[in-house]
Amino acid sequence: MKVLTLNFLTCAVKTCKASSDSFPLHPKDAELVSDDVELNPQLLVNLLPRIDWNALRTTSTELGFPQLPEQPPTPEELQADEKLLKDLHTLLMETQMNEGKLVCGHCSHEYAVREGIANFLLPSHLV
Amino acid sequence: MYLIHCPSSVVRAPSALSGSLSGRGSWTHYGKCNMRGNDQSSVRLAVSLVPLLGPRLSGHRAVRHAKLGLREAGPHRDRIVTMASSSATPSALPSSSAADAVAKLTAAPTAGTETGTGTEPTAAEAEAEAYERTHVHGVYEAIAPHFSATRYKPWPAVGSFLRSRAAGAVGLDVGCGNGKYLGVNPDVFMLGSDRSPSLIALARDRCMQLQAQQGNAAEAGTGGEAGGAVVATDVLVADGLLLPFRERAADFVICVAVIHHMSTRARRQEAIRQLLRCVRLGEVGQTGGQVLVYVWALEQNASRRGWDEGGEQDLLVPWVLKSQQKQPKQQKPQKRALAQNQAIGGGDAVDKGGETPPSPTPAGPAEPGTPLSHTDPVFQRYYHLYRKGELEEDVLAAGGVVVSSGYERDNWWVVAANEPVPQGQQ
Repeated sequence: MKVLTLNFLTCAVKTCKASSDSFPLHPKDAELVSDDVELNPQLLVNLLPRIDWNALRTTSTELGFPQLPEQPPTPEELQADEKLLKDLHTLLMETQMNEGKLVCGHCSHEYAVREGIANFLLPSHLV
Repeated sequence: MYLIHCPSSVVRAPSALSGSLSGRGSWTHYGKCNMRGNDQSSVRLAVSLVPLLGPRLSGHRAVRHAKLGLREAGPHRDRIVTMASSSATPSALPSSSAADAVAKLTAAPTAGTETGTGTEPTAAEAEAEAYERTHVHGVYEAIAPHFSATRYKPWPAVGSFLRSRAAGAVGLDVGCGNGKYLGVNPDVFMLGSDRSPSLIALARDRCMQLQAQQGNAAEAGTGGEAGGAVVATDVLVADGLLLPFRERAADFVICVAVIHHMSTRARRQEAIRQLLRCVRLGEVGQTGGQVLVYVWALEQNASRRGWDEGGEQDLLVPWVLKSQQKQPKQQKPQKRALAQNQAIGGGDAVDKGGETPPSPTPAGPAEPGTPLSHTDPVFQRYYHLYRKGELEEDVLAAGGVVVSSGYERDNWWVVAANEPVPQGQQ
């Protein structure tokens, strides 16, 4: 599961949706894998406005990456900054969570990630 | 079984990663390859002959068997022969999907929950869930590799919807199955979810193959399936009624041949409501992100299934797997069937949304739900066939608006969106 994907995931429990604590989910015991993915600068630039930057900063820090800047780059800045493009590409597209858990900050439920696949099926008492 | 390019290496987190973003640190490469071969034939072998569930009809739910049991079964039976006689590498099998399915099917509550009166809303809901666990989720777990092998060609209209999305759009494919739509448009980021872990494992392998193909194509300068561009996709396991997606974050959603598996109208409408919550709102006075929904139509007078206006809408449609190991005497004829099937590329060209077309039609008595022999597992999938106008009604009941709608090859489709944001409330 890509770090990019984490930016679009929240807790599956209905009563957690309203809480800001349910996003982003927090990685736990994460084993990360790096895939070689060809850099697609235009896709990154286009995706930038869709990314919740604050959540990405949180995720990045929790996974042990250095702190991202407080403000996201503008598309123009990103377009012009080869190093930043490469770094974001590494973080968002190439870094995969292969094993571990995703924890909801609101209900504390842990979703398992196995072989790169997160499982959001809930036990019956949480449905 | 062929080897595919393996670009992966394992990195232990988090300490080994510090500094990598800024280029100061170093990644600890263990050199472990996480790619797995996904030769279809090896995956197919996982279809072991799972004991089947007979139809279990709920007292209050009028569900009829499809009339075309053996017609539906014909090509599938032939294909399962193909699978079982292919050579395979055991390590490439999806994680004991068939065995899992057996356990789940066996464990699925049935009689106790389905004979209740269902007067309480929660009891009725639990009953519907249990019913779908047996007649949808369990079935797809058991038939995943076989099902996936028949689902490889995108619907033309879904493909054109996907290709017309803006570059950089974020899209969801809810009920993505084996992920056949995930790589259609390389300029968008597609996130697929499905209720079936076995289908998602196949989808994940497909994503990795696409990625590897793109990498190889770039190196060789040849251009791949999507013109050589990197395909950004990811998949996860989730229930369509309990989606884990950040609300209002997606630019579009597709949901193809999924909602007709929900066994009550309230659940079908709730499923559409969930999809609508995923897409972003529009500018003032405009609809925002679009949701494309495909469902099987009741009106199929052009097909050989025989269903049409005025008919029963809630059906159990059989999916038959044919035993090979238990019939060693038929080994040679089956191998010939294999060669023929391979020569024509697997038969059915286009996914019919819910079903592949029933061709060729085998001879013999076609009693619905009756196995071809005592060794042939039959899985009964529940379908609600939508009548004309019903899908639009469900979109409105879910609080959405209909952007466009239509009929394509035995399916109704709708492009839905959220109500436009009124002036002054942006």
